[in-house]
Amino acid sequence: MSFSVKKDQRGGTGAGGVVVVGVDGQLIVGNRQELKQKVLDALESGAKKFVIDFTRTGYIDSSGLGVLVSLSKKIREQGGDLRLAGLNEDLQTLFELTKLDTLFSILKTPEEAVAAF
Amino acid sequence: MTPPQLRLDVRRTGREGRIVEIALAVPSDLGYVGEAVELVATQCRDAPLSPRRLRFNLRTALAEALANAIAYGNRHDAAKLVRVRVEVLADAVRIHVTDDGDGFDPARVPDPTVPENLERENGRGLFVLRHLVDSVSFNDKGNDLCLILRAG
Repeated sequence: MSFSVKKDQRGGTGAGGVVVVGVDGQLIVGNRQELKQKVLDALESGAKKFVIDFTRTGYIDSSGLGVLVSLSKKIREQGGDLRLAGLNEDLQTLFELTKLDTLFSILKTPEEAVAAF
Repeated sequence: MTPPQLRLDVRRTGREGRIVEIALAVPSDLGYVGEAVELVATQCRDAPLSPRRLRFNLRTALAEALANAIAYGNRHDAAKLVRVRVEVLADAVRIHVTDDGDGFDPARVPDPTVPENLERENGRGLFVLRHLVDSVSFNDKGNDLCLILRAG
């Protein structure tokens, strides 16, 4: 399990670009802090637009959901925005049953999420 | 110091050696959850579950149960273990997760989906568990959780 971070410059160059974080494997209690730190580091560097890409994610537990809630709040406090993309049917259901689909902007693909900024 | 390796005990039956029971003791450190889940899920290949339920429901449910037992049951106490026992039956998978804690009353867990709780970071574990498996039950003390995923 690991995370990849890349900058998509379609939303603007430098701090105006979109930070796309890919979640490979799972987002759970054992690795959520790593994701949190990666996103907070980028936020600290001035990034404001974030996409978390779940295309290659098998499962997310409630701690993983919790860290997304926490990051979304922190990013909004800094005037930024966090979007989610690439959820398979099971992950989409997880967001719906916890009503977190009402809290996040969820796009089908990371490309759509980047383009929507 | 190298962290201890997780070791599975597997009980098999019949000439084909079909796995019928898996047991695992997990140290009370959240860093073990991912590895423990993979170890158990990999051994459940003979279970009567669809690949999708094995990949998502079983893995997520076991991760939730282990995290709760480590954090709220054993309170991260390195001297305590969480015990996992999985029974692979013909028509279901039954998972027991037991900690050394004082237990809790599941009826007192607030609903995480009401508007005032929606932005809370924690408190979704039990709610998610109940949607992932067919049955969730606790012993009277509340430190032994039993999850059932029926075949399918």
